[in-house]
Amino acid sequence: MGTGQGPVAAQGAVLALDRIIKTFPGVTALDQVQLELHAGQVTSLIGENGAGKSTVVKILTGIYQPDGGQILLDGQPVSFPTAQAASGAGVTAIHQETVLFEELTVAENIFIGHAPRTRFGLIDTAQMRRRAGEILASIGAEIDPGVKLKDLGIASRHLVAIGRALSVEARVVIMDEPTAALSQKEIEELYELVETLKAQGKAILFISHKFDEIFRISDRYTVFRDGQFVGAGRIDEISESDLVKMMVGRSVDQIFPKRAAQVGDEVLKVVGYSHPTEFEDINFTLRRGEILGFYGLVGAGRSEFMQSLIGITKPSKGAVKLEDHVKVIRSPAEAIEAGIVYVPEDRGKQGAILDLPIFQNVTLPSLGETSNRGFIRMAEEFALTRQYTQRLDLRAASLDTTVGSLSGGNQQKVVIAKWLATRPKVIILDEPTKGIDIGSKAAVHEFMSELAAEGLSVIMVSSEIPEILGMSDRVIVMREGRIAAELEGEDLTPETLVRHAAGIGVKGEAA
Amino acid sequence: MSFVKSREAILLAAIVLLLGLIATRFPAFITPHNLASVYSDTTPLMILALGQMVVILTRCIDLSVAANLALTGMVCAMINVAAPDLPVGLTILIALTMGAALGAINGLLVWKLAIPPIVVTLGTMTIFRGVIFLLSDGQWINAHEMSASFTGFPRQVILGVTVMGWIGLAVALLMALLMARTALGRSFFAVGGNPHAAVYTGLNVGRAQFLAFVISGALAGLAGYLWIARYAVAYVDIAGGFELEVVAACVIGGISIAGGVGSVLGTVLGAMFLGIVKNALPVVDISPFWQLAISGAAILIAVAFNARAGRSKGRVILKSAEHAQ
Repeated sequence: MGTGQGPVAAQGAVLALDRIIKTFPGVTALDQVQLELHAGQVTSLIGENGAGKSTVVKILTGIYQPDGGQILLDGQPVSFPTAQAASGAGVTAIHQETVLFEELTVAENIFIGHAPRTRFGLIDTAQMRRRAGEILASIGAEIDPGVKLKDLGIASRHLVAIGRALSVEARVVIMDEPTAALSQKEIEELYELVETLKAQGKAILFISHKFDEIFRISDRYTVFRDGQFVGAGRIDEISESDLVKMMVGRSVDQIFPKRAAQVGDEVLKVVGYSHPTEFEDINFTLRRGEILGFYGLVGAGRSEFMQSLIGITKPSKGAVKLEDHVKVIRSPAEAIEAGIVYVPEDRGKQGAILDLPIFQNVTLPSLGETSNRGFIRMAEEFALTRQYTQRLDLRAASLDTTVGSLSGGNQQKVVIAKWLATRPKVIILDEPTKGIDIGSKAAVHEFMSELAAEGLSVIMVSSEIPEILGMSDRVIVMREGRIAAELEGEDLTPETLVRHAAGIGVKGEAA
Repeated sequence: MSFVKSREAILLAAIVLLLGLIATRFPAFITPHNLASVYSDTTPLMILALGQMVVILTRCIDLSVAANLALTGMVCAMINVAAPDLPVGLTILIALTMGAALGAINGLLVWKLAIPPIVVTLGTMTIFRGVIFLLSDGQWINAHEMSASFTGFPRQVILGVTVMGWIGLAVALLMALLMARTALGRSFFAVGGNPHAAVYTGLNVGRAQFLAFVISGALAGLAGYLWIARYAVAYVDIAGGFELEVVAACVIGGISIAGGVGSVLGTVLGAMFLGIVKNALPVVDISPFWQLAISGAAILIAVAFNARAGRSKGRVILKSAEHAQ
């Protein structure tokens, strides 16, 4: 596999990472990884969520500093202490969600921060427009540099973002999931652009989850898994299935406390749930005491569907049957009433109210229960809070502490306690262990298992394959807003999950 | 958080210090009788600030409170001229209802049409003033046109404090009860603290904001009657610009303009601070024009203080996150 010869001599590589280490408190994000980018070639960086791809991008663009190892530019060790240093060295990135300015013109967007100046130090608008026009022409984009960004469509905006990346003398272009938000036609245009950049001799790092495009446009691949380098080589020397194996093949050393579930009667049945733009024809059942996993790539529509299920967005079609009663859920309040609760992925934004104390967060959806004749009884609030925070082993000086002063893991526990206090029948956990340390992860898994054993039905949305495999009784895989497969038992393997989620060679086989 | 370290305690200390400073130049200012009259004078500001507090907690602002006060006050005065024998209790009920209705207009525009609150209330502020002109034809209603019971009620003294002062105290206690012990009060904090999380928790953010405007309006209406009766005059420009003083009282009292943080006690103390400054400056021979500068400085100090308090909290989070491994 390409790199058996130890430390890379980076022969001919424009930019190389040599045994780069990056650690965060409690986590090693990158463990001696290597990566080579060659002039005029596209290198795909492949790995699951959490493999360390984004960390590499941040190191290459000067946002993070490595804790060990070297960055080599033309074989010489360099460091990128700031984003400016990286772009000064010719390394530029087009991010997933590019930050552009709606009210500025195309030319201003392209040259913001390094606009050409006149003798008097003022911005040379004429020169800026001319050069912006040249850059856009070089990538085949017919966009007037003088129009405001807000008047452009998504595809044109993307070209502006690329133009901005090229406005510095770029030698290395990093494209982080560039096709995630594009239509098929726009994707084709992007492929042509990649060819143009290749022909100009740029070294391109391409990050994608879609195997078809990886095979279509890459010259080389590099695979990371759990922050480690797994292998690299020429794309025409490897098969899809070998690549999938490199990506997911792991030693199963993580222990998941899943107990043999006593799966009971049907609790929830979702029939034909559809939304005009987010998802279509979602059908499934959920039984008492079951943990149902929802797997898919980022943007597959899992969270969007869950938000619709609890009444935040309205479905265009479809019905929900809860314990034999057909229900219409029009608002989160009705979902809570019906016994369906949702623990969102983004705790800071959607979960806790950081300025309020723990007990007020926990009792917020249950105030009816802790009130008497319309007045809240604080003693009952504390009792209810204590009951659930003790179960979750929440550590805080007092229940009067504001949630904002707790650690991430403890904030997550407050949010879960809040929902358990409503005594739900179905609990939806969206990426329940994202961004929390390993110790807290194990506690969340243990607890999820306990809940299921007590007869609660759990829907777990997760992008982590070990978690999905370790915790779920059954797994629904979503792809592009539809259910791609429903897997259980022997069918439930890392390879089948990745194949269905990415749509590799399973056409016609989807459930 | 213990009381000693809280914003309220610091503000209370500032007020005591301020009174001490004033006393060195004019000892009579801190006699109980004078303090009681300063308190009475400050009651309308306090009542309006308590309404404003609820609105600001939900991440909105109500600039129409002073205009609401003036319009409701004018209507009360006109009703009194037309029907001098109407019981004062009924007048107060009319003031509360009418104020609430005007507040509901603001609330509906914010809730149903999603217009930014500052724009809505800037608009209604001007409209309310215009309506007063239309109703009154630009004429004043003076003391001799009002009935004795109408103007006398707020000024009656019970246990050394005017009825107006007692009404202010009752409003503060009711608001404290509402904020601390009811689901509605809790929802104001939740909606302002984190609107996204509030939605997931089943709260209706727009409805909470609507109700905040209704409360603010009702209290402005109440203050409208009290103001007109206390000063025994009603005209178009009454309490002109007073809305800014109300917002200032809230900010000094520690209500976060970003929403979700604040207390009834803080608001009351913020109003008292401004009231004392306003009443003390003339007696210690400082031009009233300084009052604006002093109020402005107090606002900036309060905001800077709150911002710093918020920042140091952030540092603690990071540390605890590091040690939580």
